[in-house]
Amino acid sequence: MPAGIWLVALFLIPLVVMLSLSLQTCSPITNACTQTWHWSEFPSQISLYHTQFLTSLYFAGLATMIDLVVSFPMAYWIAFRGGNKKNFFLLMLLVPFFVSFVIRTIVWQFILSDNGIFLGALKSAGILPHGAHVLATSGAVIAGLAYNYLPFTALPLYVALERIDPRLIEAAHDLYAGRTRAFVKVIVPLTVPGIFAAFLLTFVPAFGDYVNQQILGGTNNTMIGTVIQNQFLVNLDYPSGAALSAVLLAVALIGIFLYARLIGSRTLQEFV
Amino acid sequence: MSAVAPTAVATGAPPAPAAPPRRRRWPRLILPTYSWLVIAYLVFPIAIMIIYSFNKVNGGIQQVSFAWNGATTQWYRQWHNVPGLTSAFWLSIRLAVAATVIATIIGTLLALALVRYRGKRFRGKALFDQILFLNIAAPEIVLGASLLALFVTMNLARGFLTLLISHVMFTIAYVAVTVRARVAGFDESLEEAAADLGANPVTTFRRITLPLIMPGVLAGALMAFALSIDDFVTSDFVSGANVPFPVWVYSVTRVGVPPQVFVFGTVLFLVGILCAIASVVISRRRRLA
Repeated sequence: MPAGIWLVALFLIPLVVMLSLSLQTCSPITNACTQTWHWSEFPSQISLYHTQFLTSLYFAGLATMIDLVVSFPMAYWIAFRGGNKKNFFLLMLLVPFFVSFVIRTIVWQFILSDNGIFLGALKSAGILPHGAHVLATSGAVIAGLAYNYLPFTALPLYVALERIDPRLIEAAHDLYAGRTRAFVKVIVPLTVPGIFAAFLLTFVPAFGDYVNQQILGGTNNTMIGTVIQNQFLVNLDYPSGAALSAVLLAVALIGIFLYARLIGSRTLQEFV
Repeated sequence: MSAVAPTAVATGAPPAPAAPPRRRRWPRLILPTYSWLVIAYLVFPIAIMIIYSFNKVNGGIQQVSFAWNGATTQWYRQWHNVPGLTSAFWLSIRLAVAATVIATIIGTLLALALVRYRGKRFRGKALFDQILFLNIAAPEIVLGASLLALFVTMNLARGFLTLLISHVMFTIAYVAVTVRARVAGFDESLEEAAADLGANPVTTFRRITLPLIMPGVLAGALMAFALSIDDFVTSDFVSGANVPFPVWVYSVTRVGVPPQVFVFGTVLFLVGILCAIASVVISRRRRLA
């Protein structure tokens, strides 16, 4: 029980404080804040930064879709054909986590740089024009997000696929279902909770990400995470940053709530 | 994430039904080839990091460059030549050790409470489950921002203490979830037997409960350590003048990354991989014994 109190103290109290901060007005000179129940902070912040919200939605959504499409066949293969090498393949999936998130992103910046290993080679081979660049484009940010969050997609998918009883597929074959039909009618429906969990676990962190955007992106594709970080750490505009974080939290909560409603809250926790 | 590793142990499932014999061989190669390509993609940047940690640097400014200038072990020998980097690294180590110890104790107790106390004895259980989950699923930037808001409101100056509080907070949930998985499969009659044989609660916990849940506790502690040492977002928000390793690395991306960053990355990577392999080997040996 006391441990639980710790958790509440360390997790809920900061959230409440942050929400209250979003309703305060701070003096720009003294940095002193007073509670003014300034609800209009929310609509004004949203209208100020709706472009960045939409950019985040678009980048995170696209990166998540790419991850789902890329990792499903592999998760399927490991779960059904992995045999006694399953643990080895899972370790390979987790390998990126053994290198700091920031370093991984820096290495991508390094790889994608204008005359780097990748573009430099393509340019000297004459495949790409000399002015071609990838960094600072939306594509670079989406690629970075897709790379960094791929394991978050692949692992829940694997857990869901691994849990499918192979006898169900045998039964489908016994009932004259072809491979395609067995896949569509048996495997996919049983994987839906996993797909949804993978979506949440990838989309939610990618939506609030700012590392990929700041290292790989430019100034014209700012995500909402970058704005929040700037408000808190550069502009010291705490109410604005707090209000934007609250909106971000709301997006995540809506996703989790929808999951609980459609699939049940217990199943999502099984994937974490 | 946490539950994945334990469930990875194959349940002894029979092999998938044999494919119809008429099928040609090459379509069966598509999935393995594809999977290996994805794995290559995941490993590729890490290989680049390791290779370029041995790259010579031409010119006066010591920073990584993508031109290959020949191999050298200079950066491994001069690993401590960047003062900011070295102190950031040691700060990260101290922070991770302290946060791991505290979070493992609290998280283990929380896991025991969540599994043991049911019904009327623990009314808030469902709420705690949800908070634990939210803690893991919420965007990290929200956690960082809310902790910073708390410290600002409390007038707590940012430094080691705020970093420690924050790291303990976000690792507790992972420890609790990992340990809970272990406690859930625990045979409580063992504790009753100990009590019947005259052991008091403390002795029972020390001699029976703790040894049995130890693998879960160790797994949780390892995970807490890994999460703490790699944390960027929360640390970026709550650190003061002395920043931990990932925040320091991030701060130099605009001005140029010294090659020693890749050296630290490589060494941390190898240590992590060795720990992971060791834990797999130990658990396998224990199962066989």
